[in-house]
Amino acid sequence: MPFTDANVIKARAIIARYPHAKSAVLPLLHLAQDQDGWVSRDAMEEVAALLHIEPAQVLGTCSFYTMYKREPVGRLVVSVCTNVSCLVNQGPELLAALRARYAGDDDVFVEEVECLAACDLAPVLQVNYDYHGPVTPDAAATVIDEYKAGTRVARTVSGGRVA
Amino acid sequence: MAPKETRIVTKFLHEHPDDSWTIDAAVANGAYKSLRKALTEMTPEQIMNEQVKASGLRGRGGAGFGTGQKWSFLPKDVFPRYLAVNADEGEPSTFKDHMLVERDPHQLIEGIVITAFAIEAHVAFIYLRGEFALGADRLERALADAYARHFVGNNILDSGFDLEIVLHRGAGAYVAGDETGLLESLEGERALPRIKPPFPAVQGLYAQPTVVNNVETLSTVPHVISRGGEWYAGLGVNRSTGTRIFSVSGHVERPGNYEVELGMTFRDLIEGLAGGVRGGKQLKFFIPGGASSPWLLPEHLDSPLDMDYVQNDLKSMLGSGAVMVFDETVDPLLVAWRLSKFFAHESCGKCTPCREGSSWIERVLYRMSHGEGRPEDLDLLLDFGDNIVPGLNAPFAQTTICALGPSTMSPVVSLGRWFRDEIDERMRAQAEPTATKVLIR
Repeated sequence: MPFTDANVIKARAIIARYPHAKSAVLPLLHLAQDQDGWVSRDAMEEVAALLHIEPAQVLGTCSFYTMYKREPVGRLVVSVCTNVSCLVNQGPELLAALRARYAGDDDVFVEEVECLAACDLAPVLQVNYDYHGPVTPDAAATVIDEYKAGTRVARTVSGGRVA
Repeated sequence: MAPKETRIVTKFLHEHPDDSWTIDAAVANGAYKSLRKALTEMTPEQIMNEQVKASGLRGRGGAGFGTGQKWSFLPKDVFPRYLAVNADEGEPSTFKDHMLVERDPHQLIEGIVITAFAIEAHVAFIYLRGEFALGADRLERALADAYARHFVGNNILDSGFDLEIVLHRGAGAYVAGDETGLLESLEGERALPRIKPPFPAVQGLYAQPTVVNNVETLSTVPHVISRGGEWYAGLGVNRSTGTRIFSVSGHVERPGNYEVELGMTFRDLIEGLAGGVRGGKQLKFFIPGGASSPWLLPEHLDSPLDMDYVQNDLKSMLGSGAVMVFDETVDPLLVAWRLSKFFAHESCGKCTPCREGSSWIERVLYRMSHGEGRPEDLDLLLDFGDNIVPGLNAPFAQTTICALGPSTMSPVVSLGRWFRDEIDERMRAQAEPTATKVLIR
C-alpha cells in the first residue's frame, strides 16, 4: 500500500539527511518494507517518485540486496547461518529442521544466510534480525513460536522497531 | 604464565556489561574527554601526524593500511570532504565490530568526531550492516544523546567545529564492505566496487575526497589521543603496533572476542585465551584472518600475530582478525566448498574472473566434497584459479577490481598447499572418472 502520511513525512526527513537524494534509496526501501512487510512494485515506484528517479533505478538497487523481499514473506523472517563457524556447529542441521517444521506456515519464512557476525553464538539465527544462539532446532522452534504467539515482540521484517 | 588480554578498546564494555552503551555510563567513565582534548589542545595536523601517524595504527578492517597515511592522501583545499565509517562487518567469522557498535557506541562516535576534525570533514556517514538491528537502535540512541550534549552537531563543545553524523543501514551485501562498494551503496546504487585510481581519498563519496575507516580503527582513535601516539606505538610488535580484537570461533572451548597486544602467538590466543580445541580433540587447521585468508596448520601455532610476518613468512594474512578453528573431524573439502559457496553468492558480477570463477570453483568443490570428485579436480581448480590469481602466490595478485576475486582462491590454494595427498587419495577412491559424468545438484 502507499506510504502512510506519517511515513511520507519520515521519508522526506530521511531524504533531507543526504547531500544527494538518491542516497536515500536504501533507507526508503527499508521504510517501505517496515510498513508493508515486503517491497512491492508499487512501493518501488513510490520511492522513485519521491527521489525523482526512474522506478527501474530503484529496482536495480533493490534487487542487489538480500534483505529486501520482493514477494510477501509472512510476518517472521528466520535467517539461519550455515557459513563455516556454524557449519561445524550444526548450522545446516538447524536450517533443515526449521525448513521442515515451517514448510506450510505462511507466517514463517525460513532462509539460509551467510555469516551473521555472531560466530560466538554458533549455530546462530535471527528472527526479524534479532539474534538467538546457540540454539538447538527445538529451542529455535520454541522461540519462533513465541514470536508467532506474540509473547515475544518481533521487529518488522526489515529489522525496524514496531511503533 | 597464562596469556592475558590487553584491553584498551574493549575495557569499558567488559567492565560495564549492563549499561556500557548508555551515555551516562560512558561519560561517567571518561567518554568524550579525548574529544575535548583534541578540539581544544590540538590542530588537525597534530592529530594526524603527531598522534595517529606516530601511533602506527593500521586499519582494522582487513587491509591493514596505515590510518594516518590514509588520511594524509586527501588533496589539499578540496572541500567538502566526507568520512565514511565502515560498519558493514561481513567477513565470515568476524564479529568484533558487531560488539563494538552494540556495546560501546559512544567510543565509536568519539572516534568519528575526532577523525572528522582531523580530516576537516563536516559530514560523516556510518554505513552499518543492515542485519545489525540492535546495533542500529543503540547507535541511533547514542547519536541522539551525543547531539543533545554537544558532542556532535554545530559548534561541538564550543570549539567552532561542526559535524553531522548520519546513520545509514545497509541491506545485505558482503561486497558493500569493500570501501568503494560501500560508497556506491551509500549513493543508492548496487554495491559494485569502483576501479582505482582514483582512490576514495581523492574522489570518493559524491566524487569528493573521502576517508573510509573501519569501526575498530575509529574506536581506537580516542585512546591514541588520550594516551598519545608514542604510547600506542610502544605496544605490539614491529609494524603491527597496539592491540587488536580477534574473533575466535569454530571448535574452541570459549569462542569470543579477545583483545590482545599484537605479537602474541596464535597458540596463546587459541589455546590460552579461547581454551583450545573443544572436547580434547586435535587441531586439524585454522584460518587466521577471515574467509579471505589462506589457511594455516598446527605447526604454525607458535607464529606471532604480526600482520607482516603472517603475510610474508606464512603467505597468509591477519585480515579482519577472525580466527576459525577446526578439529580433526572436519573435512577440509567441505569447509573449502562452503567458503566458495559464500564467495560465489557474494560476487557482485562486475568482473569476469570473479563472477565466472567463483561459481566454477563452487561447483567443482561441491562435487569433490560430496563424493562426486575426479582425480584431476584439484589441479583443474589450481589451473583455472591461476587466471584469477596469476602465480597463486600470496599476497595474491589481482585480476579484479576488488579483493573478493582473489579471496575465492584462498580455500583452493590452501587445499593444494596442505591437503593434496589426502585429497588425491580421496578423489581416486571416489567414483570412476568418465567424460560423460554429469554432476546433478
